[in-house]
Amino acid sequence: MIQLTIDDQLVTAAEGRTLLEACRENGIAVPTLCHHPALRPYGGCRLCVVEVAQPPRPARLAAACAYPCEPGLVVRTNSEAVQRSRRLTAELLLAGAYRSPEMWALARSLGVTQVRFQLPEAESCVLCGLCVRACQEIVGVSAISLIRRGMAKQVSPPFEIASAACIGCGTCVLICPTGVLHLEDVIGYRSAHPGGVGSEREYCQVCSDLDLSPHFVETPEALLAEARRLSPAPADPAGVSQD
Amino acid sequence: MTKLADPAALEAWRAALAAEDGHDRPTLTVCGGTGCRVYGSERVCAALQAESARRGADLTVKVTGCHGFCERGPLVVSHPQRRMFTRVKPEDARELVSAAVDGGPVADRLLYTDPQTGARIPIETDVPFYKHQRRLVLDLNGALDPLRLDDYVAAGGYAALAKALATMTPEDVIATVKASGLRGRGGAGFPTGVKWETCRRQPGDVKYVICNADEGDPGAYMDRSIMEGNPHRVLEGMLIGAYAIGARQGFVYIRNEYPLAVKHLRAAIAQAEARGLLGENILGTGFSFRVSVRLGSGAFVCGEETALMASIEGRVGEPRPRPPYPVEAGLWGKPTNINNVKSWAAVPLIIANGAEWYAALGTPTSKGTLIFSVVGKINNTGLVEVPLGISLRRLIFDIGGGIPNGKQFKAAQIGGPSGGCIPAEHLDTPIDYESLAALGAIVGSGGLVVADEDTCMVDFARYFMQFTQEESCGKCVPCRVGTKAMLATLERICAGQGEPGDVDYLFELGETIKRSSLCGLGQTAPNPVLSTLRHFRAEYDAHILHKTCPARVCKGLITYRILPEKCTGCMVCLRNCAVGAIHGAKQQVHSIDPAVCTRCGLCQSLCKFDAVVVN
Repeated sequence: MIQLTIDDQLVTAAEGRTLLEACRENGIAVPTLCHHPALRPYGGCRLCVVEVAQPPRPARLAAACAYPCEPGLVVRTNSEAVQRSRRLTAELLLAGAYRSPEMWALARSLGVTQVRFQLPEAESCVLCGLCVRACQEIVGVSAISLIRRGMAKQVSPPFEIASAACIGCGTCVLICPTGVLHLEDVIGYRSAHPGGVGSEREYCQVCSDLDLSPHFVETPEALLAEARRLSPAPADPAGVSQD
Repeated sequence: MTKLADPAALEAWRAALAAEDGHDRPTLTVCGGTGCRVYGSERVCAALQAESARRGADLTVKVTGCHGFCERGPLVVSHPQRRMFTRVKPEDARELVSAAVDGGPVADRLLYTDPQTGARIPIETDVPFYKHQRRLVLDLNGALDPLRLDDYVAAGGYAALAKALATMTPEDVIATVKASGLRGRGGAGFPTGVKWETCRRQPGDVKYVICNADEGDPGAYMDRSIMEGNPHRVLEGMLIGAYAIGARQGFVYIRNEYPLAVKHLRAAIAQAEARGLLGENILGTGFSFRVSVRLGSGAFVCGEETALMASIEGRVGEPRPRPPYPVEAGLWGKPTNINNVKSWAAVPLIIANGAEWYAALGTPTSKGTLIFSVVGKINNTGLVEVPLGISLRRLIFDIGGGIPNGKQFKAAQIGGPSGGCIPAEHLDTPIDYESLAALGAIVGSGGLVVADEDTCMVDFARYFMQFTQEESCGKCVPCRVGTKAMLATLERICAGQGEPGDVDYLFELGETIKRSSLCGLGQTAPNPVLSTLRHFRAEYDAHILHKTCPARVCKGLITYRILPEKCTGCMVCLRNCAVGAIHGAKQQVHSIDPAVCTRCGLCQSLCKFDAVVVN
């Protein structure tokens, strides 16, 4: 067991725990966006930053989701510096997602009241990578990935070619945190990405090979049922789900 | 070619090379660095060889790595006299061969002329550009044929490796590197020996060493020149490091845009393997080490160590949070020691000459020498090696020869897009890790860009911000969106649409991006903006509050105008204006329509009567 100090409180954590896990085990709230307990740490959204110091070295900001508990570490989860950083990061997230009520709710909870910088296209994908990582780490098919870099980064099948690896499980949709991405986005023309909601029957623009009806399905079970009804080979989700 | 069985065989080879016929024959070395090649040094070399053959001269003509004085290229130096010839053309071959063989005279235009005194300086080592340097890592760059292992061995090459393997334990090597005070030359300045020691102490049999040759700062070419000019020294440093750390496999991560460096490095690896200096049972000591080359595709972020390792592993070149640090869990999860080209290249010198010799140079906390590529508004563009602690003034004025066209020095951007600018009032600051950090700059990897009075510091900061913004990998929010927000703000300011709150917003963004970004790229990206804000706040205020660009650079804030009293109506500007913004007729005063004018400045540069002015 490792002993460390979080917010002036002596805390014990098991070997290999992250700071975020230690905080949550001790009832200390830390906001997150790109984190999911079932996925490996990513450290991309920077909302979970906390001040860490290994005395006598000065404190610095680090992402709690990816920082391992170390003996003697002194952590501040809600200092002025932490709050300032989270507020600005949330505001920057809103720059590309200012139409998303979920993102606004998250930002407001951190004290954000204005968005001083807006990107021309508010696509609402905040590039948290949850869909991509879930597809890789949970579903195990890697049908989508993050391509390009910087502002051009986007979620796409590898080489932007229709991915036969997609099994249509809908995990990417269910894990999406911005709330703008619904099942219809994956099934319909819009998919996980920009564009308009499509017509009656469209190919998924993420995986491109799943021919499902665009009407809204709320749960994974419903999705699978829908997929079984509509989609024969090549990508038969029913077959996969029975493996 | 036989493998060297033991260190004695290496020394025997060296002795044989020294006794070889013609080893002390007069030699002309032709700079074969990328810069001089662009100026035509390959044709110069061919002409010299042809002339030498025509005369049947007892002369060696050799292509070497970068000599350093790029401004004067193509460079040729005659040995042993070290007469330096500048801006050589193929038609100068006859004169140069005669000079090298019989000490014949050469035309004055081939000699270096000191711009201050007007004196001709014939000998390379007397030229101020070289005289004030302390070339340790670069010492052989102008002397060796980088494609010949013989040359490196004759100059003492691989003696440090033999010394380490035969007479030192890995702990001894680490203790020596620690005592030398060598700090990582990639920019962060972490003590090299401490890093090696940490990596050595990690459990596990499999460890890796990596040479980070993903040099990407605008205007920086130190690492490229070392690998082009003396690739064996980098390999020797890696071999010594691998021995100290306990690694059997090394990688050089080098960008594909450096074809000459890649070629020379690959040739060096093949030569070293053929001679048993790389591979199994090196010099019969039981130590084995291999080096593989990995080509990068030019993403700046891949110079960040965790992104670099991801790229070697075949994954997307994106950084990951640290800890764990590469020395704990690096390449494929194994302990990995990454050092920059310049750090590796310094190691053989430290082992050969001792820690005290290296530590005698520099300041109490910053030892040894630094290599800079000095570019921008400076007379002597080139590659420079100086002891740490030298003042910026000496670097820019004594070695760099000052600012061209009698202009005033304004600032030096040190550390590239990750660094900060140093204004004229701090020219006497010693160049060391702590002093530069106190001014908001960093030693960095060695890029030094000089700005003169005609440089707009807001535009200068905007340029570097644009670079890092385009190179941001996009994984973390502060760097991806934050740098975009900073760039957009700077672009507005440069376009004359700045608002009073912009400076505060830039500060807020800059400080937060620095503290909260995932990797070194984001953590340093705001530095050019923050340091120009600190030292040139008045220029920002002029743009934002007074809508003027004091350096007359920002196109949104300037207009070109023709002075009626000076215009002769010669039609030159009118005919050459690409957008037809100039009106008038022959022998009538011309005028510029500001609504059409694109502020390209062509009319001003063409006007012989100084009639075009900028407001």
